[in-house]
Amino acid sequence: MNIVVCMKETPDTTAEKRFTADLRLDRAAVAGVINPYDEYGIEEAIAQKEKLGGELTLLCMGPARAEESIRKAMAMGVDKAVLISDPALEGSDLIATARVLAAALQKLTFDIVIFGQASTDSNAGMIVTAVAELLGLPALTWASKLTIEGGKATIKRSHETGYDVVEAPLPCVVSVTQVINEPRYPSLKGIMQAKRKELTSYKLADLGIDASSVGSAGAGSKVEAANRVTLTRTPEIFKDADRAALYIADYLEKRKLI
Amino acid sequence: MNLTLSEEQQMLQQTAREFADEKLRPVAAECDEQQHLPIAQMKAMAELGFFGLIIPEEYGGIGVDTLSYVLVLEEINKVMPAVGTITSVHNSLVSTAIARGGNEAQKRKYLPRLASGELIGAYALSEPHAGSDPASMRTAAVADGTYFLLNGTKSWISSGKSGGLYLVFAVTDKSVKPSRGISAFIVEKDTPGLSVGRKEEKMGLRASDTTQLIFTDCRVPAANMIGEEGSGLKLALSLLDGGRIGIAAQALGIAEAALDEATCYAIAREQFGHPISDYQAIQFMLADMATEIEAARMLIYRAAVEKDQRERVTKEASMAKLYASELATRCADKALQIHGGYGYVKEYAIERIYRDARITRIYEGTSEIQRMVIAGQLLGK
Repeated sequence: MNIVVCMKETPDTTAEKRFTADLRLDRAAVAGVINPYDEYGIEEAIAQKEKLGGELTLLCMGPARAEESIRKAMAMGVDKAVLISDPALEGSDLIATARVLAAALQKLTFDIVIFGQASTDSNAGMIVTAVAELLGLPALTWASKLTIEGGKATIKRSHETGYDVVEAPLPCVVSVTQVINEPRYPSLKGIMQAKRKELTSYKLADLGIDASSVGSAGAGSKVEAANRVTLTRTPEIFKDADRAALYIADYLEKRKLI
Repeated sequence: MNLTLSEEQQMLQQTAREFADEKLRPVAAECDEQQHLPIAQMKAMAELGFFGLIIPEEYGGIGVDTLSYVLVLEEINKVMPAVGTITSVHNSLVSTAIARGGNEAQKRKYLPRLASGELIGAYALSEPHAGSDPASMRTAAVADGTYFLLNGTKSWISSGKSGGLYLVFAVTDKSVKPSRGISAFIVEKDTPGLSVGRKEEKMGLRASDTTQLIFTDCRVPAANMIGEEGSGLKLALSLLDGGRIGIAAQALGIAEAALDEATCYAIAREQFGHPISDYQAIQFMLADMATEIEAARMLIYRAAVEKDQRERVTKEASMAKLYASELATRCADKALQIHGGYGYVKEYAIERIYRDARITRIYEGTSEIQRMVIAGQLLGK
């Protein structure tokens, strides 16, 4: 079973976000981490590989400094990695990103591609289906459980009121949610071995993609403004302790929350 | 001297920090109170490799350099020194002794099991009457065919009850000087004639078990002797540098924890309409603690880096251990003072930190012994 897991490096979740003059997230200003949702994808990929054997490759599109996050994933148990890094990719929108990832995946051998559900910086959650579409493969999304056997992948697809069981023949593309597992810590031995693992770098030219079709130049969407979201809360104090439960139930029911 | 941490060192430090914070911190107070080890958490530590840190890769360990080892110990001890002690004794003393002094068969037999954490190592040198002066030990080992019969009592044994493998020092020849009359033995837990004695009611590190070990005609295979007969004291002395650097790292972690607690408390606590961190008396205490912590860090990291470059770093290791352990108790004391009455009750972590800090000035050579060693090096004695 050859598995590819896709990872994005995102700005440290706890850091304050800043924007560049052209309204892109200023990634240089804060430390990068493995996109927290992708940690579940990486854990799932490692666990499936441990169970089924084969080779696990990590695929990442990002700046050269993403190597640090890639080495961490290697310390967790990823066998090797491909980093697509090219200055022309800066400012790529999600369609361009999906095209680049799909082109790289076509150069790799895999039975299944695993993604995290979304990234914590842009939070669109659409790359997985876009990549699947470009590759002409089925996409199984929002998996809270993944079973690979008999030439097919079966997932529990979570939604508001429960889950559906969905399956697809291999090869296919899967995205996982954060309830699927608990990501492991990098083992101390894994940390010492991570540097020795193979990391291949691709430029756009290696993928046969024209630079003008990606990055800011090729973006079909343009950010016009970025505003801080402010939340205002209006607290309500209900003082009759004996009837508090009733009041709360009533309050929630009126808003169709229960 | 370059003290920039390598990528691996940063990642080891980060992993140890996250593990200690997420897994050990939630149980540290309860384990101290109930006097038990965090078994599940230590199993996770074993799986991640914390017990194979300094064991070479070919014997199932990780084989990190001394500075990496120090960085990991520092993080564990920031959160739970009781576990830090076990990790330190297991790595610095027991595993190092076998890796350095053991023969190939002993290494093959024991190091992989120590590296995986299946066996936790305990170090049995001290006796009721032989502390700072280990050469005066009385536990005797007498040859009996292909065995040695051990008789005597060892005391202050960290992991005395929970340990699985004991490194035991005993007199094999009373007629010669201790430097040639003491030998070291690997003793497995279930060896007939070995019993675990009284568990000490300690002031700090209460989650770890410190016991006596009683040997009554305990039959240990002669094949378990480390090195040549009579080379035990030399082996014990050769472990001191690493052991002291390990305890210095523990003391550093404790000092940092005290500063962290004091800083958080000083910002949150208001008196006379201001956070007490607005007052210069508190600020100066925090500033002194932070400055001295950096000084201790430099002493320890330097001793660690130099340990990998030459045979002995006796003076550097003693200086690091002396300074860091005195600092740990000083910081714990100041941090408790900043907490006022709240520092004197178990509601705040500083109460435990204060108790845990005190032992660092005593074990692995008291502060007084460290000063003797440093002075001896200065005066060429």
